[in-house]
Amino acid sequence: MGAGKLVLTLLFLAALVGAVPPAAAEYADVLLNRRSEKEGMRPVVFPHWFHRIRFRCKVCHAELGFKMRVGGNDFKMSDIAEGRFCGACHNGDIAWAPDKCDLCHSGKRGLPTGIYGGHETGGPGRW
Amino acid sequence: MRVSIFQGKTIRLGLAAALVAVVSLSVLAQQGWDTLRKDGIHDPRGPGVKELQEPAEALSKLTKDNTGNQVRWVQALEKGEINPRASIRPDTKIQVYDSDVLLNLKGGMPIVRFPHRQHTLWLDCTNCHDHLFKAETGANKLSMLSILNGEQCGVCHGAVSFPLTECFRCHSVSRPGQAPKPTLPIAIPHGAVPPR
Ligand code: HEC
Ligand code: HEC
Ligand code: HEC
Ligand code: HEC
Ligand code: HEC
Ligand code: HEC
Repeated sequence: MGAGKLVLTLLFLAALVGAVPPAAAEYADVLLNRRSEKEGMRPVVFPHWFHRIRFRCKVCHAELGFKMRVGGNDFKMSDIAEGRFCGACHNGDIAWAPDKCDLCHSGKRGLPTGIYGGHETGGPGRW
Repeated sequence: MRVSIFQGKTIRLGLAAALVAVVSLSVLAQQGWDTLRKDGIHDPRGPGVKELQEPAEALSKLTKDNTGNQVRWVQALEKGEINPRASIRPDTKIQVYDSDVLLNLKGGMPIVRFPHRQHTLWLDCTNCHDHLFKAETGANKLSMLSILNGEQCGVCHGAVSFPLTECFRCHSVSRPGQAPKPTLPIAIPHGAVPPR
């Protein structure tokens, strides 16, 4: 592809991105669906907005060691039940216990793991 | 694949196109918050949506922004509208560092001021140092294309922190003789404008 064509393609894509109305999910919502749906549960929705009202980023991304990459932390339900990842707080102490399945597993079936919310400006590498 | 894709001119053209895309997104700035039932990622028929908090209920009380979560998070924190915990374990060391770094002293856009204090209110040093940025002025080769690609500042901005459509929140220090908020596309370097 020549440079001119490449640019035209990019501009066309840019126009497309601009034309689609922003996804209505709240900015920075994370959807996790690596195994949930395969194992009969709805995908998990993790709302950043809700948690950052209560915790600074450093709590999850430094103290608890969540890597800043959606899908980058490979944890399972058993880790949560044993007090790791979400389970470091969702343990009946800092927040409600993991028995409230439906509060986390509230996502729409069929959606892939990812970060949602409209302004995702990932650029050419992510289009 | 042809190597020319990686040559300077094409990268500039790519940057221009990427910026056009980002700016066109900003035109669609939304108003208000969608309900969980209609937000496209929650199952509207599941039991969860009845119990979860609606974004509007919590976010409408905080200092308003016109983008992202529609909250100026730094202001909400500084005014005490929210008081998020900085640690959950008693022995965690909490550090706030007050130093601004000016980046991009050569380009055509206004200079970027990176404020450590506002960042370290939220973040730990290890969230950036040294895997994203070496802790030494000028030691990092930053580029807008990488940022738009979700690297460097774009790891957070465009995903969780205010989005990249807000050019002048980062490019906040005008150069001598430059209007405080030059109109776009002054940003797009010469030669990067696509042929008509
Ligand atoms: C309550 C815990 C928690 C808090 C607080 C939190 N995050 Fe996250 N963050 C997560 C989880 C969970 C993920 C998804 C990780 C995964 O999929 O493995 C994530 C993912 C991310 C990502 C990756 C997005 C991508 O595009 O891949 C970024 C960037 C991020 N967070 C930034 C932040 C910032 C900035 C803050 C503070 C304003 C913050 N987070 C606060 C838990 C948290
Ligand atoms: C605090 C939030 C939370 C709660 C509460 C919760 N889960 Fe999960 N669950 C997760 C996350 C996060 C994953 C990983 C999502 C993925 O990638 O598919 C997961 C994954 C799963 C999986 C996929 C297999 C696996 O081990 O990863 C199953 C099955 C599951 N959960 C069942 C349950 C059941 C049953 C309950 C209630 C007893 C429950 N979950 C409660 C967050 C939660
Ligand atoms: C740093 C602690 C912490 C971590 C880690 C954490 N949460 Fe939470 N979470 C909370 C607290 C606190 C609440 C509010 C509890 C309450 O209202 O009683 C909450 C509430 C929630 C809610 C309900 C929001 C609403 O609308 O009421 C969901 C869903 C949720 N968390 C999902 C998750 C998932 C999924 C993870 C892991 C990916 C996770 N959380 C990790 C602390 C945490
Ligand atoms: C999150 C902060 C941030 C945002 C938002 C941002 N930039 Fe940048 N920009 C930077 C950084 C950092 C650099 C690299 C500085 C350097 O060269 O060291 C840069 C460099 C640039 C450059 C290349 C250098 C120059 O001055 O010519 C251009 C062009 C540019 N930005 C345009 C934009 C435009 C247009 C927007 C809005 C759509 C924007 N930027 C939004 C941080 C940002
Ligand atoms: C959000 C990302 C981020 C966080 C968090 C962060 N820094 Fe930085 N830091 C940077 C960037 C960007 C530079 C500029 C590097 C350059 O000029 O190329 C920098 C530069 C520095 C420098 C050299 C310039 C100066 O101010 O002397 C030091 C020292 C430093 N950081 C220390 C810290 C410490 C200590 C913390 C934690 C309290 C911290 N940083 C947290 C991004 C960050
Ligand atoms: C690790 C995540 C992360 C990285 C990397 C990061 N930021 Fe931020 N930045 C934040 C968070 C969190 C805030 C708080 C506001 C928000 O979330 O919208 C913020 C806020 C800001 C603000 C506004 C401060 C205010 O007073 O409102 C500026 C300007 C800014 N960042 C510039 C930059 C620049 C320039 C870079 C790259 C050199 C960068 N950021 C890299 C997370 C990050």
